[in-house]
Amino acid sequence: MLTIRDVRKSFQENEVLKGVSIEVEKGDVVVILGPSGSGKTTLLRSINFLERADSGTLDWEDIHLDLKHASRKDVALIRKKTAFVFQNYNLFKNKTALENVMEGLTVARKVPKKEAEKIAKEALDKVGLSERYDYYPSQLSGGQQQRVGIARAVAVNPDIILFDEPTSALDPELVGEVLNVIKTLAKEGTTMIVVTHEIKFAQEVANKVVFMDGGFVVEEGSANEIFNHPKEERTQQFLRRILPDYDYAI
Amino acid sequence: MQDLGIRVLFLGNNFARLLQGLWITIRISLIAVALSIVFGVLLGILMTVKNPVIKAMTKIYLEFIRIMPQLVLLFLVFFGLTKSYGINLSGETSAIIVFTLWGTAEMGDLVRGALISIPKHQYESGAAIGLTKWQVYRYVIIPQILTRLVPLAINLTTRMIKTTSLVALIGVVEVLKVAQQIIEANRYTVPDSALWIYGTIFFLYFFACWPISLVAKRLEKKWKTT
Repeated sequence: MLTIRDVRKSFQENEVLKGVSIEVEKGDVVVILGPSGSGKTTLLRSINFLERADSGTLDWEDIHLDLKHASRKDVALIRKKTAFVFQNYNLFKNKTALENVMEGLTVARKVPKKEAEKIAKEALDKVGLSERYDYYPSQLSGGQQQRVGIARAVAVNPDIILFDEPTSALDPELVGEVLNVIKTLAKEGTTMIVVTHEIKFAQEVANKVVFMDGGFVVEEGSANEIFNHPKEERTQQFLRRILPDYDYAI
Repeated sequence: MQDLGIRVLFLGNNFARLLQGLWITIRISLIAVALSIVFGVLLGILMTVKNPVIKAMTKIYLEFIRIMPQLVLLFLVFFGLTKSYGINLSGETSAIIVFTLWGTAEMGDLVRGALISIPKHQYESGAAIGLTKWQVYRYVIIPQILTRLVPLAINLTTRMIKTTSLVALIGVVEVLKVAQQIIEANRYTVPDSALWIYGTIFFLYFFACWPISLVAKRLEKKWKTT
């Protein structure tokens, strides 16, 4: 469904992505793992052009784009097919939960207000916030804000949802409520790419795992392959460090 | 009452003349302020773009207007344009042009400050849900900067109203000029008229600026969301 090939991106002298390719099929839950600075987030941001890659291509059904030279129209097209959930929620501070979710519908997609409100309420109900429609972000906990962020992403009915470390900024006790929402979406067959450090969660929901380090994809495969039979030394090292009781079968 | 200077206010149509003068002051200020807000927002947005040419041009404009005393600008536009290009502007038009130029520069800088105080991720989340650049400004950024701008813009507005007293020097008969005329005319009959007339003007300016502060307070309260 979506194929990204040979993405490169530098910030000044620092080459963050050194030719990364990934492939996503409909219904996939792709989890991208890797140490900090491995380029996971930059890769995710390159997909919907929050970051402009230096080179690379994107193929999505009948859309074929050069990531560096994509026109404004193409960028808009991709952004309408995707949704992004940010690490720091990034809700619109001046809008209520409901208005946050409606914005992408009424403004970007020209959905009539009545209908947008209905869709937005359904999305908020789905993430368990039916009591919080009219709350401003500052009146919500981190976990609730992130669930609004997810509702905002779900409401526009995207083909793929991109999650950028959706629980990294949360208190440990709030992580669960957010992960549960994402799990539910995964079970419903939502296609998603998730950058995360939550290994347990990754083991549970991923059907494809990509391990990145130093701007390269070191290894990719099914969750079972990566977690239980990693081939690369670097992957084994990473898993050992992140799962202290890790004991992989060879 | 016979010896009180206050009677000068009620001689002939003196008070009405003062009010007329005040109206001219307010008319110049309000037109200039309205234009300044519109152009200032645009200038402020321009000042945040990355293009170095645009950046340099807006910077030069801002510094030029800031360094020049308003009086010099008034003379430049009123006398300078006529002398050099034969363009004959009325005093009031010149005043509106100068105060708009000044207000736009100041307002632009305020808008620029407010814009860069909005975190980058507010732009990004707008872009990520598919808003165009213009829609991000229209629906996400500008509503957020309005709350921050109101107190600053009010300050600027009252400063502009007060500074319009300079236009008397290019022959516009605004409230202060009327006051001087009244004082001159009654120099011998009411020697202490200056105190009363200027005192009145003090209140006139106060009543012109005060409602604006009140409106600002209400707006601030209304738009306060976080």
